[in-house]
Order: sequence, then structure tokens, then C-alpha cells
Amino acid sequence: MYAYDDFDADFVRARVADFRKQVERRIDGSLTEDEFKPLRLMNGLYLQLHAYMLRVAIPYGTLNSRQMRQLAMIAERWDKGYGHFTTRQNVQFNWPKLKDVPDILDALADVEMHAIQTSGNCIRNVTADHFAGAAADEIEDPRPTAELLRQWSTDHPEFQFLPRKFKIAITGSPNDRAVTKAHDIGLRMVRNAAGEPGYEVIVGGGLGRTPMIGKTVRDFVPKVDLLPYLEAILRVYNLAGRRDNKYKARIKILVHETGTDEIKAMMEEAFAEQKAVFQAPPADLVACIEAAFAPPDFDNTQSLAFDRAQADDPVFRSFVETNVAEHRNPAYGIVSVSLKPVGGTPGDASADQMRVLADLAERYGHDELRVSHEQNIILPHVRKADIPAVHAALKKAGLATANIGLLSDIIACPGMDYCALATARSIPIAQEIATHFDALKLERDIGPLKIKISGCINACGHHHVGHIGILGLDKAGVENYQITLGGDGTETATIGERTGPGFAAEDLIPAIEAIIDTYLDLRHTGEETFLAAYRRLGPQPFKDAIYDGQRASARAA
Amino acid sequence: MPRQKHPQIVTANDLFEGDVIYLTGEGGWTRVHGDAAVADDPDEAQRLLAIAQAQPAQIVGAYLADAAIGPDGRPQPVHFREAFRTRGPSNYFHGKQAEL
Repeated sequence: MYAYDDFDADFVRARVADFRKQVERRIDGSLTEDEFKPLRLMNGLYLQLHAYMLRVAIPYGTLNSRQMRQLAMIAERWDKGYGHFTTRQNVQFNWPKLKDVPDILDALADVEMHAIQTSGNCIRNVTADHFAGAAADEIEDPRPTAELLRQWSTDHPEFQFLPRKFKIAITGSPNDRAVTKAHDIGLRMVRNAAGEPGYEVIVGGGLGRTPMIGKTVRDFVPKVDLLPYLEAILRVYNLAGRRDNKYKARIKILVHETGTDEIKAMMEEAFAEQKAVFQAPPADLVACIEAAFAPPDFDNTQSLAFDRAQADDPVFRSFVETNVAEHRNPAYGIVSVSLKPVGGTPGDASADQMRVLADLAERYGHDELRVSHEQNIILPHVRKADIPAVHAALKKAGLATANIGLLSDIIACPGMDYCALATARSIPIAQEIATHFDALKLERDIGPLKIKISGCINACGHHHVGHIGILGLDKAGVENYQITLGGDGTETATIGERTGPGFAAEDLIPAIEAIIDTYLDLRHTGEETFLAAYRRLGPQPFKDAIYDGQRASARAA
Repeated sequence: MPRQKHPQIVTANDLFEGDVIYLTGEGGWTRVHGDAAVADDPDEAQRLLAIAQAQPAQIVGAYLADAAIGPDGRPQPVHFREAFRTRGPSNYFHGKQAEL
């Protein structure tokens, strides 16, 4: 893992010291809220519905056991004993007090963490494939590039006041687990004809009010040209992006309104200028970053413990089926720890659970943890022989839910239970869906299914790319939920289609059940996934099922 | 000025704690929705809002919210968002529902 050098450490400490004084000046009345708000947002501090919320960056979703333990300590000392992992691989504390926040930021700095650029119209925390460095299908670990991007974008003087926020996602694998096509910039590692790794650059994707799939502006950018190329993209956006209307200010609108060919030409022109003057990062820095992400010392000792445990224990076997993914080293597995217990809050972990995860990472996982955008925690490098022990420890901590990629592995934004922007609640909907289908015991039969829920049009819950997406709205003072179907956040990214009018909360579960029953009735075989069936069948059978059902129940009532 | 459909109260967040507060008739603040001062007409609502906004060192983001008068004569929230603000989140017993 990358370790801070003196520059990083001093920079983060200096920001905490500045913010401490800013908080003091706000409390003594020398700063108004209008003056203070941009300063607190620069440091990740939001004011939500019931309290302040501190959003802490977890760069490219990677952390070690010491950092996870510190998050647990912060949760207990200054919050209510838990943290919420988000769809941007961050962690949020929902109950800090204003006066405590500088101390929290100092505690974060103690373990090389911060909350910088987790808000505001700047380049936000760069997200990455949560299997980076471990995945069997990966070309190369993309995190050295992600770390370079973190350093390049942190306090970048040209890009602190962009028209709107700016999100970059990166993957080193052909199987896109980082939703790169729904980001302002998506970077997908590819090889050129000479076999050298570089990046396909995708621009102008995004969800929110106007969902768009990103457009490829360059099939291949060599690594050495990546930073000047990104600077060119950002410069074009910074100058030409709209500032007249917040809802039209993201780069996706600029790309859409300008046209892909025209915007490509503008970016290429800016790139030619930028490349000539760009000062490349020193080679020793790049080498140092790459060395920090060198693969761990894998232990290739063969063992039958893994196979034996699968043969002996059906619960373990079921866990392996869903929660263990193929590792680049055949003696290892990637363990996904679900933060979606049935009836729980997606993405929440208690301080005790965080400590268990930290202990497991330290003892069995080369001291690495990842946060996924699907709000789960990953132990990326676990010897297969150790997975039974990891599973046993997870079970004790209430962390062994075997549902990764299944119906109850639901993404949900905080919604109106916490968020000041929300128009409806998300968490209770996720809880009800998981509980309802758990009682039916159909989850395994249904197979891979991604349900994603957002509590407002800003789409933090990625509902547009859910196989089943749910969007909570305020319809004349009542919570109302729209359904979209057929969304996909992977390399075959697709925006889901709205089924039609929304549903009151109490009618939503029957509608979801009707959709799933339709799938189970119409799928070719057990092998045809929900998404594949939807793509084959189109929306009509599903619409018929949910709206005819609704009319029938209205007649009956 | 258009007639208002509902009586209104003034609500904000406390600067220090961040929690939901309501303006009282004395120009101070309460954590209890039912103890909020009620404005029956737009002029009174604007007067109360101005009192709140004159206290930037204690509060953040004051605004007017619709209320209904309950059987006990005290204001109750009309919109579900305001109802949630009187209680706290629905996934944990945290916030006002636990503290008041």
C-alpha cells in the first residue's frame, strides 16, 4: 500500500490545522455560515437532516487494518458506534458534533487518511475496481495510476472550481466492476498492438437527473500521456462547461450538447498544447508509487483445507459460491464480506465489526481491505486454506451473509433517513425487499440480480444501472417509488428503462415480486439471468405483470 | 401576499450539534416541534423567520415549514420530511426519538 511521504503528511496536517481555526471562527461568530459552508465542504463536512455528516475519503477503496481500526475508534468516540460505507468507496459518519470534527480529522491524519475533496466542485476521490491487484482477469493493478491521480488532483490549482463535481473511476480488468461508463471520466486498462498497457478513456458518463453512458474519446492513451490527456479533458470542461445551470453543469451535458466528434477534437487540440508543456512526475516518484502496490508475498503452499471444508459444510459451500471470487493466484481467493445482512442497513458496519475485519485482514489477508462501490468490504488476498477460518470469524461477527451479487445485496443511498437532498427514504425499502424475499427462500433460485435504490434523482444509489432500479420521489407529499428495469453498470453498461407510473411504498414490494415472478416464469432455463431474460423479452411482460396486477387489486378493493 | 394554506413554524439546525431545532415564541429555540411558535399569516411567518435569521451564530439554514394544529392545540408537521425531522432515522433508534 502507498504510505504518505513527508509532503503528504504535512499537507494533510496543515489542512486540519486550517480547518480547526475555521471551526473556531465559525463558533465565535467571526465567520457566517455562507463563509464557512464552502470551507467545511472542502473538508468533507456536510449538514444533513438530523446532524452533521463527515465523509471520509478511502482513496480507490483501499485501506489497511490500522486505518480500519481507527475508523472503529472514531465511530465509538465521536459518533454512534458505526460507519456507513458508500457507493463512492467512502465512509460516512452520521452524527459528529461540529467542535469535534477537527479532532476527528487529526485522528484520520494519524493513519494517513483525510476528508479532502469528498465534496465541492473539484475532482473527487478516485474510485477503482475493488478487486484491483487481486482479480484473475486483470491486465495490471490500476492503483498506481489511481494514486498518481490522487496526488495530481489534490489541490490542483486549475481544477478547484470546476463547473460541477468531477468523478473518475479506473479499472485494470476487462470485466468492469468500477462502473467506469457512468463516471465523468472512466479509465479502462487495455493493451495496444505492441502489448503495452495503457488506458481507454471514456468521458461524459453519469447518472443523476440526466443519465448518460460515457463516450470513448480515445481507444488508447499510453500511461505516460495519461495526466496531460486528463488535464486536457478537464481544461476543455472547465472553460466550456456550463455554469449557468447547476443541473446542466456536469461534463456529460457538455459532451452531449457539443457532440462526441467535436468534443474529441477540442480535447485533442488541448492535449497537443498540454503535452508540450506538461511536466511529467519525476520517474523516482512513479517508481516509488508502483513499488508500493507490488503484489504481496503470496504463500503458495498447497492445502486441501478449502476443498474439505466445502465438502463438509454446506453453509461454507454456499458462502464460497457467492462471496469468494477467483484470485490471480490459484492458491488464493478474494473474499467479499457482505454488509447487507437481511433486514440491515446496506453499507453499515459497527465499530466491533470493523475491528473484526481489521483483525482478519491482518491475520489472513496481507493487511489489505477494500471498500466496494456496492457497499461491501473485500479481503482481496486470502489463502484458500484460510478461508474456512475467515468464514467462521465472520459468522461470529454477523458478517457471513452469503448473498454477494444476489437479490439482497442491495445498494441503497442513505435516503431521507439522513440526507438533506433526498425526496424519499431508501433504507427501509432495501430492508423490506431483503426481508420479504428471505422469507420466500427464492434468492438462490433467482440468481444474479442487482437491485439499486436511490432516494432522489441525484442517483447516489445508482438506480439507473440496477437490473431493477428504484427511485424514491415525493409525490404530492407522499413517498412514491419509480421502477426502472434492465440497467447494467458493467462493461455492457445500459441505462434502465422506467416501467411507468410509480408506486406507493406499500405497493412496491408486490410490484417487485411480480417482476421477479415474471422472470422466473419466462426464463429459458435456470442459467438465463434476470438481465439476459430482460434483454431477450423486453419490458412489456414485466410491465403487464406489475400494472395488470395493480389494476386487478384495485378492482378487488 | 398570497394566503397561506397552513400555519407555519420556523425550523433550522443547531450550529454546534447539527440537530433539528424550532423557534419559540420568545425568540429562543426548542428541540420539540410541538413547542414551536406558530405563524397563522404570512406577515407573522416572515417576522418569525427574520428573528431566526438574526441568530447566525447559533443556527444554520432557518426556513419556514408548514404545520397543522393538533387536538392539543400544538403544531404538528404536515410533510413527511418534517415528520422525520421530529424523530430521527427509521433504521436506528437514534436522534430525537431516543433523546427527547
